[in-house]
Amino acid sequence: MGDWWTYHPEDFLMFSERVYTRLFMLHNQALWPAQLLALALGGLVLFALLHPRPGSSRLVAALLAMAWVFVAWSFLWQRYVPINWGIRYLVPLFVLQALLLIIVGATRRDGLGLPTRWSVSRGLGLVLFTYALVGHPFVAPLVGRGLTGAEIIGLTPDPLAFATLGVAVMASPAGRTWTLAAIPALWCLISGVTLAILDAAGAWLPPLAVVLALLARWWPEARR
Amino acid sequence: MAHRAPPLSRRLLLHGLLSVAAMAVLPPLAVPASSPLTRRLSGTDVHLPRVGLGSWITFNVGSDPVLLEECTAVMAAFFTAGGRLIDSSPMYGSSQATIGHGLAALDAMDRVYAADKVWTTSPAEGPAQIEASRREWGVPRFDLLQVHNLLAWERHLETLQAMKASGEVRHLGITTSHGRRHDRMEHIMRHAPLDFVQLTYNIVDREAERRLLPLARERGIGVIANRPFQQKRLIRRLADKPLPPWSGEIGATSWAQFILKFIISHPAVTCAIPATTRVDHVRENLATASDPLPDHGQRRRMAEYVRSL
Repeated sequence: MGDWWTYHPEDFLMFSERVYTRLFMLHNQALWPAQLLALALGGLVLFALLHPRPGSSRLVAALLAMAWVFVAWSFLWQRYVPINWGIRYLVPLFVLQALLLIIVGATRRDGLGLPTRWSVSRGLGLVLFTYALVGHPFVAPLVGRGLTGAEIIGLTPDPLAFATLGVAVMASPAGRTWTLAAIPALWCLISGVTLAILDAAGAWLPPLAVVLALLARWWPEARR
Repeated sequence: MAHRAPPLSRRLLLHGLLSVAAMAVLPPLAVPASSPLTRRLSGTDVHLPRVGLGSWITFNVGSDPVLLEECTAVMAAFFTAGGRLIDSSPMYGSSQATIGHGLAALDAMDRVYAADKVWTTSPAEGPAQIEASRREWGVPRFDLLQVHNLLAWERHLETLQAMKASGEVRHLGITTSHGRRHDRMEHIMRHAPLDFVQLTYNIVDREAERRLLPLARERGIGVIANRPFQQKRLIRRLADKPLPPWSGEIGATSWAQFILKFIISHPAVTCAIPATTRVDHVRENLATASDPLPDHGQRRRMAEYVRSL
């Protein structure tokens, strides 16, 4: 079909903003009090990133991998696919991301290198992770969706993608960790486009996370 | 065809309880005080109200219990106002299941004219997809099945013709939207036995007037007009503009009614299928299917007025 270019972006949208935002409310209601556990585990990962010790990188990679599988099943498959059939093609990518985290971060003997010295890439990586953990949940109440619509790390895709980008850009060696950034970056772009078409507040946040990740990765000192 | 009762699950139980709740809250499906204008489908005794109900986006609400009940309320208002044709597609996410939920809650299987589509590039998958769609609706059979966006239309039409011959569907048709693929649609209309075509037609998207609508009249093919409001874009564009002072002559009290009156007054159009999530809007839409409807001169005046804005 040679006429795709003549469609408007909103012609591809299958659902309304209200339906989309209520997905998060229903998700939170169904999972409560798993949010507390997810935030606690996120805090554990942040502590490991701030004070890396032997075994920290495996812990970080394993917890993130579990989160990618859980979000693929509980949010994408159970909630999002019923209103957006195209998402079913992204579910395998989420599982692949989990496998990559396991392969790159948790099974290799040297695993991921978590930096201990401050640098631009480490700083931006930590900013991304910290925002995903404690900042992003407050976007929903700030834009009038209430705390019940909060997007929590480990339970919903956007903060999980931000957090994984953060880890990927601060870890070393760069030649291996870029593979961990590709799928989160792709998700951020898809999410940003979706929110923009929905005319939802905060549509610029996911693409901004990708820009920060690229900045961190391409910063001169990041040639590790 | 025998159907096995599904095992009782939490989801099924919740569905049933919500349906009972909806029946208690929603008004009974009364006979409308004044029935909407209808148009007879050529060669049949089927008369369809000139305004139907679309389900693209609006009924794609997943399993959200609050939104499911809102959609059921829209369907209740639609039937109470005399509406019959509801249109959906397997492409529309959970819309089919939402319609099925509403039909079950309202016990309205005998009031709906069920119009759905087959939408797959694989002709072999067509029958299974149609059966899955039928189960989502919960109807014994579809009244109308259409080949969505002309996808694999030749083989799907063969399937639909066989189904029609065996009584598994009453009518068949083809669809397109956004004014695309009209050449191919014209070719099919000339060569295949169709009961319906569905296409985009409204006061600014008038390409169909040149060839397809006259051809539909000539060949006795019913026409369903989709995207009457260009997915709200047209309404938003006109929202801050005044209705013409003569809009009362055609019985239009809002831009939505003005636009719908234009569409359904075309002599080839069987019905328009606006989609909505609001009960007041569905009532307003159905009220459009009433006299007076604009005549040829008034229609030209309406189009010129909108063009001048």
